[in-house]
Amino acid sequence: MRLTIADAGVMGVLDLQGGVQEHLDHLQRIGIAGRPVKRATDLDGLAGLIIPGGESTCLARLLDIFGLRAEIEAHYRQGLKLWGTCAGAILLARENVGEAPFFGLIDIAVSRNAFGGQLDSFNIEKLAPLVAREPIPLTFIRAPKIVRTGPDVRVLLSMEDYVAAAEDDQILVTVFHPELTPSLAFHRYFARKCGLCPARDAATDRDADWTPQSWFRFGPHA
Amino acid sequence: MAENRYLLNTQLAQMLKGGVIMDVVNVEQAQIAQEAGAVAVMALERVPADIRKHGGVARMSDPDLIKAIKESVTIPVMAKARIGHFVEAQILQALKIDYIDESEVLTPADEECHIDKTCFEIPFVCGARNLGEALRRIAEGAAMIRTKGEAGTGNVVEAVRHMRTMNREIRQLVHMPVEEVVSFAKNNGLPYELALEVKKLNRLPVVNFAAGGIATPADAALMMQLGCDGIFVGSGIFKSSDPVRHALAIVKATAYFNDPEKVLEASLDLGDAMPGLDIASMPAEERLAGRGW
Repeated sequence: MRLTIADAGVMGVLDLQGGVQEHLDHLQRIGIAGRPVKRATDLDGLAGLIIPGGESTCLARLLDIFGLRAEIEAHYRQGLKLWGTCAGAILLARENVGEAPFFGLIDIAVSRNAFGGQLDSFNIEKLAPLVAREPIPLTFIRAPKIVRTGPDVRVLLSMEDYVAAAEDDQILVTVFHPELTPSLAFHRYFARKCGLCPARDAATDRDADWTPQSWFRFGPHA
Repeated sequence: MAENRYLLNTQLAQMLKGGVIMDVVNVEQAQIAQEAGAVAVMALERVPADIRKHGGVARMSDPDLIKAIKESVTIPVMAKARIGHFVEAQILQALKIDYIDESEVLTPADEECHIDKTCFEIPFVCGARNLGEALRRIAEGAAMIRTKGEAGTGNVVEAVRHMRTMNREIRQLVHMPVEEVVSFAKNNGLPYELALEVKKLNRLPVVNFAAGGIATPADAALMMQLGCDGIFVGSGIFKSSDPVRHALAIVKATAYFNDPEKVLEASLDLGDAMPGLDIASMPAEERLAGRGW
């Protein structure tokens, strides 16, 4: 395990529900200090904040009840970079087909459960030339689709009839789960977007040590 | 089932971590659960407390009911099949729900065999009272485990017993020399290869939720502090005096399980929890946790 911290900047992971440890695990793998964000004070001094996969209705409820929504919006206005994976992307989208948007901060439209249920979850590999030189393994779990991107939004990964990854100057969205694969490409990409310098001591973005149970080592009960 | 499919199924369970899965018996309850922040609903005809009261044979729910609930929410929908009833499971898979609970709360259809879950594409969650039971279910293809607890009682004591038992057995396994693992596995009914994996991982190789008797925000936080990854609430919400508040309170307490002030906040102004049952004085044949082999 590489534990060198490449940069003093700290990356937050919203810690209300969902794939929190998995993101913290990947951050540690690229030598970036990660911090679980559970209360407003945890947002202070962050270089970026990851809103993980989980259930977006649950995350939305908890963000509202405990006042984190307004705090995240305030930090965003002061320049905080945000990355939403899956449910996180739904929360950040300006438009949510058939439903009210939540943060509404990036000019995209998402369609929830656009592939269907769990039997339609899948993984594939695709090249995202703006993110990494090698194909990236992508895990879609009850994923949404990005069905529209605004003029200020750059498409990072386009599929047949939808967009799977996009960004504007301050926000990255991915409808898949890089934290559930050995690929560190998107975590490195977001760290650089936040002005951090992720460690890179191999030619590949894939961590050879990764296993599906990697997150256990960092779990609260391990 | 392809290896890749099994991994996707364990990963859906990972995305439910830190969340609350609620039993619901109709569309209205499903929407209340989703609105309160449930991460999934368990579609049932009767909550366990009513299954207890009614007696008789408890079977898979009416597919029309499950379908209506599935169409009314965006969160994942789970439903129960009887232990060993692989055709109920086939029907639930054909219904394209998100997870099957092969559950001791329903009357077992087979008193020797559980469902061979490796034949299915759809993920399964199964109940366990101890490490052996958990690992046998995983060997059969379960992608997620939950404590059995004692469903429909509003009494958390059995869920605590099951979680403590699993934690103790995992600790024993982790600290024993490898040559002792064979006899430990034999004496406790652990599949050997999985026993070695648990020894290496220092926990179950899949997500493990608490279930069976959780009735209050404090119960939920207790199970989370004991090391569960999330919470199933059966009768505890819709048998309470104020289901909307109880649902939200248990979601809050689960997310902030380590923060007593937040758990207190969740516990205020709640009304009455569901009535509880004493399990010690309950005849053995009324206990559901003993079902499963």
